[in-house]
Amino acid sequence: MSDWPLWEVFVRSKGGMAHRHVGSVHAPDPRIALRHARDTYTRRMEGVSLWVVPSASIVASDPGDDEAMFDPAADKVYRHPTFYDIPEGITHI
Amino acid sequence: MPALPPIRPEDESCAARDARSGAFDPRGDPEGGVLFEYLLRLGDDSLILGQRLGEWCGHAPSVEVDLSLANMALDLIGQATHFLGYAAEAEGKGRDGDALAFRRDVLDFRNCWLVEQPNGDFAQTMARQFLFSTWQKLLFGKLQSSRDATIAAVAEKAVKEVTYHQELAGEWVVRLGDGTDESRRRMEDGLAWMWRFVPELFEMDDLAGFMSEKGIGADLAALRSDFDSAVGAVLDEATLALPKDQRPILGGRRGHHSEHLGHLLAAMQFLPRTYPDAVW
Repeated sequence: MSDWPLWEVFVRSKGGMAHRHVGSVHAPDPRIALRHARDTYTRRMEGVSLWVVPSASIVASDPGDDEAMFDPAADKVYRHPTFYDIPEGITHI
Repeated sequence: MPALPPIRPEDESCAARDARSGAFDPRGDPEGGVLFEYLLRLGDDSLILGQRLGEWCGHAPSVEVDLSLANMALDLIGQATHFLGYAAEAEGKGRDGDALAFRRDVLDFRNCWLVEQPNGDFAQTMARQFLFSTWQKLLFGKLQSSRDATIAAVAEKAVKEVTYHQELAGEWVVRLGDGTDESRRRMEDGLAWMWRFVPELFEMDDLAGFMSEKGIGADLAALRSDFDSAVGAVLDEATLALPKDQRPILGGRRGHHSEHLGHLLAAMQFLPRTYPDAVW
């Protein structure tokens, strides 16, 4: 419905993993938003937990500020943890 | 004014037809035939409502609601697949679940009147869903401990699906009932349309009584008070009054149906009847 607010949907795929943004739904209120998220994004066993957040509550960076926001990170290769050997059997890194 | 008696199908033509088509007679065939008839009731309820909900596909108020309705439809058709497959087995005449779904005629369907009612608007669809799922949740809750292991297993899986259907439909009853003047009027109209088909859900005819005594079926009459509390709680939240009692209509369990079922079957059965044994 065109007058329903938009909600961002986050799904936790299994215990121990973080909730991940998967998309959005329209819904008139939080309870229906959760049902719509369930029916739209977890029909194929994608998740064990759901969050919905009003899209209007998300504070986003301004694409016009991209250069100042993100370019300075480009030459800081030493911030990556790639100079360490990762032991065998460690997952989710 | 005293309440009018229920409208029943037991006129002479129906009685004659039932005598031919194996109306309930536990003396004749105490196991296979009775179990077959009972499974048709369970399977046909799910099948017909699944088909009805499927009619919304591509037409729902929003893409999210479209998915909600299609999800419920597929849950119901899954239940029907189990019940009708088992019914075909119990019948033992070489038919399978598909044959029962697609090659039976309207008089041989055993679903209740509620599920075959037209979708109407979204409120009417949700009123029907709420009443049916509230009943089906209670029914499957009991059937989980059926002495028939297959019925118990299907009920145990399905009760989770139906619990969700009942919650979702209940949410919409509340939203529309306690919404705008128009949504409230539509929900009141939807509930009023469906209410006369509720008593049939709790009817204990000979077959239902027999299956309940055997510990295979459920005592439907005993579910009524829980049904009334569950419906009352949601209608309270929706600020709606219980619909006024109307003259009940019975007979779906014995093959007596509204005109709507034949039209539904025409759409559902067209392809397998036109192209028998078609595969993809």
